[in-house]
Amino acid sequence: MDKVLAIEHEKCTGCRLCELVCSVKHDGVSNPARSRIRVMKWEAEGLYIPMACRQCDDAPCLNICPVKAISRDQELDFVRVDHDICIGCRSCVAICPFGAMGYNSIDSKVIKCDLCHGDPQCVRFCDVKAVNYVSTTQINLNKSREFAKKISVVSKEAEAL
Amino acid sequence: MALDRKLAIIDLSTGKIETKVIPLDLRKKFLGGRALDAYLLYNHTKKGCDPLGPGNTLLISGGILTATCASATARTHFMAKSPLTGLLGSANMGGFFAPELAWAGFHHLVIKGKAKKPVYIYIHNGEIEIRDAAYLWGKTTTETQWAIREEMGDEEIKSCVIGPAGENLVTFANIMTGIKNAAGRTGMGCVMGSKNLKAVAVRGTMDVKIAHPVEALEFNKRFIEQITSAKVNQTQGVLGTPFIWGATNSWGGVRTRNFQYNQCEDSDDIEPERIDEICTETMGPHHMTGCFGCQVHCRAQYKIPSGLYAGKYDEGPEYTSLGAFGGEPDCKSAVTVLTGNHLVNQYGMDNLEIGSLIAWAMELYEKGILTSKQTDGLDLKFGNDEALLEMITRICYRKGWLADALADGGIPASEKIGKKSFDYLIQVKGMNNLHSDERGTPALALNSATASRGSDHLRSRPAIDLYHLPEKVLRRIYGNPVPYDGPLSSDHTEYKGKPWQVFWQENCYMAVDALGICKYHTVFLGATLPNFDDWPKVIYYNTGLEMTPQEIFEIAERSNMVERMFNLREGLTRDDLKKGDMLNHRYFDEPCRRGALDVVGAKIDKKKFMKMVDELYEFKGLDKKGIPKPETLKRLGLNKEPSHQL
Repeated sequence: MDKVLAIEHEKCTGCRLCELVCSVKHDGVSNPARSRIRVMKWEAEGLYIPMACRQCDDAPCLNICPVKAISRDQELDFVRVDHDICIGCRSCVAICPFGAMGYNSIDSKVIKCDLCHGDPQCVRFCDVKAVNYVSTTQINLNKSREFAKKISVVSKEAEAL
Repeated sequence: MALDRKLAIIDLSTGKIETKVIPLDLRKKFLGGRALDAYLLYNHTKKGCDPLGPGNTLLISGGILTATCASATARTHFMAKSPLTGLLGSANMGGFFAPELAWAGFHHLVIKGKAKKPVYIYIHNGEIEIRDAAYLWGKTTTETQWAIREEMGDEEIKSCVIGPAGENLVTFANIMTGIKNAAGRTGMGCVMGSKNLKAVAVRGTMDVKIAHPVEALEFNKRFIEQITSAKVNQTQGVLGTPFIWGATNSWGGVRTRNFQYNQCEDSDDIEPERIDEICTETMGPHHMTGCFGCQVHCRAQYKIPSGLYAGKYDEGPEYTSLGAFGGEPDCKSAVTVLTGNHLVNQYGMDNLEIGSLIAWAMELYEKGILTSKQTDGLDLKFGNDEALLEMITRICYRKGWLADALADGGIPASEKIGKKSFDYLIQVKGMNNLHSDERGTPALALNSATASRGSDHLRSRPAIDLYHLPEKVLRRIYGNPVPYDGPLSSDHTEYKGKPWQVFWQENCYMAVDALGICKYHTVFLGATLPNFDDWPKVIYYNTGLEMTPQEIFEIAERSNMVERMFNLREGLTRDDLKKGDMLNHRYFDEPCRRGALDVVGAKIDKKKFMKMVDELYEFKGLDKKGIPKPETLKRLGLNKEPSHQL
């Protein structure tokens, strides 16, 4: 498996349904404070950017964990926390450059995206497809195609001239 | 658990704060939201209380589904005695406030008394404090929200606030949250201003436990598919509510020049496609945004492209801003509409009311009833964009004789202006009508006349009446969950069968407001959208409460009856032009001048209209005077109100 959460923030409407379904799926409660994905907002400008774990290849959280509670799930290729080992030192929270490792003070646990074990609910519920679950090569191909499209239009116009 | 969200009674005069559990039997009688607010208002105000005095009570609430795993539980409800109408004050807004209130531990706030100096209420995870708001006084709606976040150092705080209009006691000042979500009608912002209450700010991280999370999640998925598969919602998601104004205008169903005409000609610059073009040019192709958990995303983002306010960011404009700053004053410029929309959002004023009042003043000026001396030299003629925008600011700050008079609302202003000004005021119960023309649609006219908060389209409007649905489909909708085998007609010009549709919609919308969801998620504009049959499941999966469709219908009937009782207590009289279920004479006397073939020449037949009101009263269990029959009160368990259970 080579799939990641790919966020196209310009499509995000800021509704935060992803936060709601994330907390319901994982904890059986509605509470964005427990959500693994969070929509950062600049309301005065109308800008919304969902943020979640990138499942880094060379993950700082995994590297810094003093008790090796964080490992890579081989099957789904995501970074997971073993809460039985975790001592709650929050080094991972401090070091994550994306703020994607959260700390839930209700249960005193660090929280992070586990891709809902292959069926991310944020993706499933995002009607505008601002959050997608795609293979890394696909992201790159999509981007290439988008840009190539622009080139093709320009070159066709150039021919017409 | 949604059911364990509490109620807080906050007395601003004494500073006393009490939190209470909402008894389950009250939940079963009223669910929550607007329905429970109606009960609380009836119980927490005294007959004849001054709407601007400490005796008025302001209620703020979420619905029973707020912040649960149901679709679009974003709505916040406000209720108080209205300073605009002297009757029921009631307004509802989207955004993110009510869910945050629920995560902070509360579903209902009961705000009483009056603070000695400007204050705001801050609620955080079950704790409530009254804080100094001197530094916020005078600020616009967004400035206030951002300032509270800065003071508290928390970007996630959600506030509902008033702007300068509420502080200046403009009787149709609204309460706002975010950029443009407004509890617009009946002057709830004026009530906040009268209490010296600038804002209510909330922040919550408390769990709302879902009774059956797996089922709730799966059901919500199905629900969203049902909601987003409706063509009307797909269109809303691209063009927003301007599309309704555009479509209605095309056949002659909007109001222009203060109801002198029913269609706006040469309207290219304010048609939905043009507005969409500006939004795209200024905010990019993905410029639609939405309320909490909603997949309809009907709100557009824009920057004003030119003029005095060029570059300012705002959201909307909705149908009402197109009517208020486009059609009614006959100003057919997108920049004017977008600027007017921005001004009212910043000042915190109801766009619908102010647009209607200015258009009314324009007609009075045209007819010589208002003189240029009274307008302080302003050339208040139809189509004068600058005069329109100037009047918005003048009314907010009560600058000049006319603006000060208009800021008191239509009926008080008509008393000051005198002559025949009242005849031209298009209002019901003291509140102006939506900028739509209902002379060709008796069902919609009946809804406007009998809505509980004054003329209104969100209380009982059977909007799907315009779709000419086959009778079989109408029977499927209107014959449930309580049986109905009387007449139903697919013809929107008909009178027969319409009272039942209005009665059914009144209960449908009350249920929606009690659940705390949006009307785009029910049979308002789309016939296939969820209604009574779907709600028991969503209530059960999320709260564990078992209900039948019939019980929900009865809760809605009960709550509508409490609103009726409140209005009657405050002086509603059936045929009173100022305080009754009656329309302006133009509906009966002046036929539509423009529009499609079935619209031109249309007017409401008064005799048939009165018969419709009789029938509606019968369905509601009221007598011919519009007063509840004793057996109705008994059936609905309201014969001992006020019961002071909470």
